[in-house]
Amino acid sequence: MSKYFSFTLTSIGAWILALLWISPLIFAFWAAFHSSSDAINFDLFSPLTLDNFIEVWQQAPFPQYMWNTFILVTGLLISQCVLATLAAFAFARMNFIGGGVAFALVLMQLMVTPEILIVENYATVAAMGFADSLVGIGLPYAASAFGIFLLRQSFKSIPKELDDAARMEGCSTLGILWRVYVPLAIPTYLAYGLVSISHHWNNFLWPLVIANSVETRPLTVGLAIFGAPESGVEWSQISAATLISVAPLLIAFLLFQRQFIKSFMASGIK
Amino acid sequence: MRIFGNRHVLGWLLISPAVILLVTFTHYPSISSFISSLFSRGNPIRPAQFVGTDQYTAMMQDPVFWTVLENNMIYAAGTIPASIGLALLMAVLVDQMLPGRAFLRLAYFTPTILPMIAVANIWLFFYTPEIGLLDQVLRPLGIDTPNWLGDPDTALWAIIFITIWKEAGFFMIFYLAALQTQSPELKEAAKLEGASPFTFFWRITFPLLMPTTLFVLVNAVLNSFKLVDHIFILTKGGPNNASSLILYYIYETAFSFFDTPYAAALTIVLLAFLALLALIQFGVLEKRIHYR
Repeated sequence: MSKYFSFTLTSIGAWILALLWISPLIFAFWAAFHSSSDAINFDLFSPLTLDNFIEVWQQAPFPQYMWNTFILVTGLLISQCVLATLAAFAFARMNFIGGGVAFALVLMQLMVTPEILIVENYATVAAMGFADSLVGIGLPYAASAFGIFLLRQSFKSIPKELDDAARMEGCSTLGILWRVYVPLAIPTYLAYGLVSISHHWNNFLWPLVIANSVETRPLTVGLAIFGAPESGVEWSQISAATLISVAPLLIAFLLFQRQFIKSFMASGIK
Repeated sequence: MRIFGNRHVLGWLLISPAVILLVTFTHYPSISSFISSLFSRGNPIRPAQFVGTDQYTAMMQDPVFWTVLENNMIYAAGTIPASIGLALLMAVLVDQMLPGRAFLRLAYFTPTILPMIAVANIWLFFYTPEIGLLDQVLRPLGIDTPNWLGDPDTALWAIIFITIWKEAGFFMIFYLAALQTQSPELKEAAKLEGASPFTFFWRITFPLLMPTTLFVLVNAVLNSFKLVDHIFILTKGGPNNASSLILYYIYETAFSFFDTPYAAALTIVLLAFLALLALIQFGVLEKRIHYR
């Protein structure tokens, strides 16, 4: 009896916490489909409207922002995967002079991330002529210590016999990397990809420093400008803009929830 | 011998694209921050001059620096234990066979994947005086509410609260991963010995989760220096720097006041904190905690 009682109590507690936790999101979702005056008065059963979304779409270049974010995230994922694959393979299997020191240097980026060095990195990117460009936003993140670290772990767990067998068949070193290592590490790529996409979709400080025009601003920076109190936009429209900005990632997350959570889990096991 | 030589050359060739980029945007700027912090702020008439440690002397006398430093300490102390504690609680709840477990996990985790900017926009409305949800709920109950974001006493705590909300679900994931690898025999054995669930948690589960706690702790400390996005939306560091943090102050100094050398000196202070964190992580904690 007491066991049943404590189980019920735990369940109720867990549910209250969950509802509290998710309520800000549900509220934003609700407000985006209602007029500002209804949202402020918290009139639950007021009529639904799509006006906020239409207004937002007309007032600010959100399709352009979304396109910028999409290009940025895709480009980064490709460059991170290519560079990390090459480096991780060398670190995992080549045993070359200076490899240990180089790996230690690489790991420093896990702690000193590019956004901490905005002042000097801005100077570097501007000197390269990449200020206010998507390349400029992506460049400091194009090589990811975290990606190298994860892939190195994954490559190390691949049996060396496979390597030797492929070599006997006359496969070159890079051929082995491409035909043996990369296919076997696909789960790691998937896990890393989801973490990378959500990180760069949400990144704000560095893009804010670099982007200065509609053509380069990602969604987060565009949303910050749109929602600034000075712009005098109504609350319901801010909710709608917020929903537009998070929708692609949120929908992907809801569809592939299990995969997302697994990826984040894998990223923490070091 | 030829193959031997090849291995070293090929190794360096393979890592060079990544290493060149990492050095350009991590190691070089760390060093150049230090060098530029030793110079004065130049202008078209008077170019920058070597001033030694003048920037650091000025920093010691800058009341705003001490305010943001103190704020950052409060921010760390306010967010880290609370988000880790909540994360552990959430993980333990989700790990059990409660009804609607998938929904619970989803509800706890979702804030994690949203951009901080979007989160700040949502919470801005809760904190807004008079029309904000918080005031609308609390005022009818006869509670006198402050101007959450406009009052120096509450602005930083409003920021802290959002960070906890955003972080807890993220840390929960790592605890959940660790809990799921725990062998069920442990629980069986404890049950046979007559240990209460509470004793089992404190004596068995919690100590076994120590490596996870360390990992989460390091990340939480790192985040307390890095997570400043919501400040841009909610308070802009105000009122009167009451909610400003080190990284936000660096941004303001460099990109609003255009004082690059001073911003570089502040960056060096931030790097010193991170170096200290790394030393503690690798030197002290990792030796004490047994890893699987």
